[in-house]
Amino acid sequence: MIGWLFLTAVAGVLGWLAVSYGLGRPPRHGLSWAAGATGALWAVTAVVLAIRFTRGMGVMTHMTDVNPWGIWVGFLQAGVALSGGGFVMAATVHIFHIKRFEPILRPVVLLAFLGYVFVALTLFIEVGRPYNLWHPLAMWQHHSIMFEVAWCVTLYLTVLAVEFSPAVLERLGYGRAVEALHRAAIPIVILGVILSTLHQSSMGTMFLIVPQKIHPLWSSTLLPVFFLVSSVAVGLCVTVVASFYAARIFGKTLDRWLLADLARAASMVLFLYAALRLVDVSARNAWGRFTDPGWLGGVFLLEVGGGALLPAFLLSRRAVRDRPRWTVAACLPVLAGVVLNRLTVSWLAMVPYTGPGYFPHWMEVSVSFALLTGVAVVFGVAVRTLPVYPAADSPSATILPVRG
Amino acid sequence: MVRVPARGQEMTFEVSRRSLLKGMVGAVAAAGLPHSTRAEGPVVKSDVFSVLVDIPRCIGCRACMRGCQRANDLDAPQDLMDMEHLESRLEPTHNLWTVVNREGVETRRHVKRQCMHCLEPACVSVCPVAALHQTEAGPVLYRESRCIGCRYCMVACPFDVPRFEWNNGLTPVIGKCQFCASQRLFKGLPPGCVEACPTGALKFGRRDEMLFEAKARVHARPDVYVPHVFGEEEVGGTSWLYISDVPFEKLGFKKNLPKRPLPSLTWDVVSWIPGIVAVLGSLFGLLAFNLSRKTHSPSAPKDEA
Ligand code: SF4
Ligand code: SF4
Repeated sequence: MIGWLFLTAVAGVLGWLAVSYGLGRPPRHGLSWAAGATGALWAVTAVVLAIRFTRGMGVMTHMTDVNPWGIWVGFLQAGVALSGGGFVMAATVHIFHIKRFEPILRPVVLLAFLGYVFVALTLFIEVGRPYNLWHPLAMWQHHSIMFEVAWCVTLYLTVLAVEFSPAVLERLGYGRAVEALHRAAIPIVILGVILSTLHQSSMGTMFLIVPQKIHPLWSSTLLPVFFLVSSVAVGLCVTVVASFYAARIFGKTLDRWLLADLARAASMVLFLYAALRLVDVSARNAWGRFTDPGWLGGVFLLEVGGGALLPAFLLSRRAVRDRPRWTVAACLPVLAGVVLNRLTVSWLAMVPYTGPGYFPHWMEVSVSFALLTGVAVVFGVAVRTLPVYPAADSPSATILPVRG
Repeated sequence: MVRVPARGQEMTFEVSRRSLLKGMVGAVAAAGLPHSTRAEGPVVKSDVFSVLVDIPRCIGCRACMRGCQRANDLDAPQDLMDMEHLESRLEPTHNLWTVVNREGVETRRHVKRQCMHCLEPACVSVCPVAALHQTEAGPVLYRESRCIGCRYCMVACPFDVPRFEWNNGLTPVIGKCQFCASQRLFKGLPPGCVEACPTGALKFGRRDEMLFEAKARVHARPDVYVPHVFGEEEVGGTSWLYISDVPFEKLGFKKNLPKRPLPSLTWDVVSWIPGIVAVLGSLFGLLAFNLSRKTHSPSAPKDEA
């Protein structure tokens, strides 16, 4: 109980700051508030991790033999999806050569990289024997989708690091290396996009082996397609939200028409995604199970209606896209919807099968929360110290007013 | 602490398996192996080791549980298995690989549960490091030294068999019935549980013989048995077979299990991957190359990786 109160307090402080920065009215001492809350969270989580690695997962999670995967797997899945911006934008700029998006490519790639770091760290804590995590690379079992996932995470993390490295190298003044990377950009990006396509979809493939355990609203052979399409949509929305917040918090400039273009693309992908989901449920005649149990029907409504259809509609309106704040507000439910979708496929949709025995321990949540804030802090530090955003005097940096 | 015995026994196991192969399943080794959805060497379904469980013959004495603990050196609390505890329900754990429980109040039947040793095991197909693997003789075995503890096997198993050592911080293991393969079967002995059973409720043999026996018993007493051999077709067939005089659903057996082997569900997608990589690779390559020639002009800003 105390643990939950603590987490709620931390989340409250950070949420309040996020909203006030988003509205362009940062509170006095906002950053020290954030530092205090985050520091407390990290201190507590350090203790939690010590427990995890000495006394085992049994004491600090609510996972059991009946619910062997908890909320960590759901967050891990969500982390992969939210990192989708990296491959979408890299493909846009370097494969489809839509160069006007280039100014926001670096921050998005950085975000994707940090997202995958979040995933890798979660994995490190989540598996029972993390020091064996290299085994899939050496002991091949190519029939396992988890084997493919392990390879994709490793390779893609490397590709993202390479894609982002010019920012670091420029800062350190290694101009030659940057030149060489420029020439290799296209093959590297193609590799990264292929790895992402595979990895995003295989997060869904992981659940094909248990059709009888997942509620029929979600148990589809198209899961890999859904996971891929929704990651494209959410990748675009993350790009919008992150660009906006970076502009607000770090005082970077931003082209608002880029936001509008991203939002329009997101709207189209979201319409496609929602249509696929609805057609799929109809084709499998699963509507009859919509209210069995009723709360899962509610989750479906929230996730597909609130997380995809509604934002798709809003983002298709000019009035929304013309106002950055409204665009961001319409993109946020997409983020929430995809997180909810991943949590549902890996947890909630299995509750009718497993029984309601699992609800995360607050320590599980605090670990994920600490990793998330950690990643956010690293992003902030990188934006301040590295040439992540185009310099303010470059031609592409204009328009969005900088405040705070 | 007693651990899963697979560690350190892989060598002896390999040797005994080889000698066993000569005697028993030479045909398997010699057979031209067709492409299979199975992650490891395919088994000949009729030849694998098998146990037939005759539910009405079980008196619920839990002698098989004690036999299992002994045969596998497990350290689960012994007193849990005493007769007085029969009223209490037991769940398998990482060091309690088989349990016998009274299922259903009015039926008063007892059901032994353990790994079913599927002919096409989902757990083996999902394990990214082949820590779980299937031997040619049928038993599905676990190798602790490979395991990364991802627990995908637990999620994938249609019978919810594999168990995790939740209270171990650094070296947790997956625990499940090993069919006494390396200690007993490959030395020509029956599994510990079968040897311990005083009533003949468990019978050990080759799968075709056990299936025949099961059908013969059901056929001989249609007034007693329900006309179904559980494990004959479920998820593509299992090595352990059950017959019962009470409908299986009432005894907690899973219903709605697909007859199709589960690994094929994933394999249908996984086998596409090389093709997808090839198509995407060439498509993106062509696109990037052509568009870059079209859009490239000397004044355009340089690409950045
Ligand atoms: S019952 Fe479960 S653990 Fe046993 S072989 Fe089948 S899938 Fe694997
Ligand atoms: S927990 Fe171990 S045995 Fe189970 S799938 Fe993962 S690596 Fe394989």
